[in-house]
Amino acid sequence: MIIQALAFYLFAFVAVAAGVLVIASRNPVHSVLFLILAFFNSAGLFVLMGAEFLAMILVIVYVGAVAVLFLFVVMMLDINFVELRSGVLQYLPIGALVGFILLAELLVVAGGWVIIPEAAGVAAAPIPPIDQVTNTEAIGRLIYTKYIYLFQASGLILLVAMIGAIVLTLRSRAGVRRQKIADQVTRRPGEAIEVVKVTTGSGI
Amino acid sequence: MLEIGLAHYLTVAAILFTLGLFGIFLNRKNVIIILMSIELMLLAVNLNLVAFSAHLNDLMGQIFAMFILTVAAAEAAIGLAILVVYYRNRGSIAVEDINVMKG
Repeated sequence: MIIQALAFYLFAFVAVAAGVLVIASRNPVHSVLFLILAFFNSAGLFVLMGAEFLAMILVIVYVGAVAVLFLFVVMMLDINFVELRSGVLQYLPIGALVGFILLAELLVVAGGWVIIPEAAGVAAAPIPPIDQVTNTEAIGRLIYTKYIYLFQASGLILLVAMIGAIVLTLRSRAGVRRQKIADQVTRRPGEAIEVVKVTTGSGI
Repeated sequence: MLEIGLAHYLTVAAILFTLGLFGIFLNRKNVIIILMSIELMLLAVNLNLVAFSAHLNDLMGQIFAMFILTVAAAEAAIGLAILVVYYRNRGSIAVEDINVMKG
């Protein structure tokens, strides 16, 4: 019990600290790295709650794909990031005000909720005992049977996102010399060779 | 204090969500940081869903969190693609410069 509490406080503290540094660090590359740290520690929290599959998905998808994507974009764009940070102090009061109000409201809600006793009996998909069915297997049993259409739809969303990203960033620049095999093969001697009569002593 | 319950996880998620919102306010000029803040907020939402899933013994929350993860990944890909195209056309990613469509 004490180890669980210690692990929770460690993960929670590091995740929150990394979240602060994501929005506060001057260099966006550092921001991305702190975002990765926040995701890792959230994955730790997921494991503590017994959602191992989601924790691994979080590490693989976010740290392996999304964060690296962010890193690539940050490094690809040639931007003066110091200039972009000017005016932070101007927005600090209103941001702090809205943030504190929202946090206070969320904490009031988190401290005041009560779950009705009947809620325990009406679970849409009760978690099977962990010693019989693992978390991954339980999720697999659900998404491939009951929620198969939602699963397919999420696949479609990813497909659309992939095609969209390719269509948006693909560009065909004019003036680029590319080899066109078809043009080379269909050339005839008549259009490729020209016989020029050169008079002696003068160039072409 | 040592008994970790639902309220602890909800508090962490609330703090992370607020940080994401605060980041959007704070870095109003840098679109990349705004996108990262949105990712942070979606992470907080996922934390909430998984916490309630564990507390109510209902697997539905974890499945929903997985779908949110999918949408978040798609959103990041499309958002960054738009960002790259925008930078190619205008040479800047400051939010203040994005006013071409203003009527």
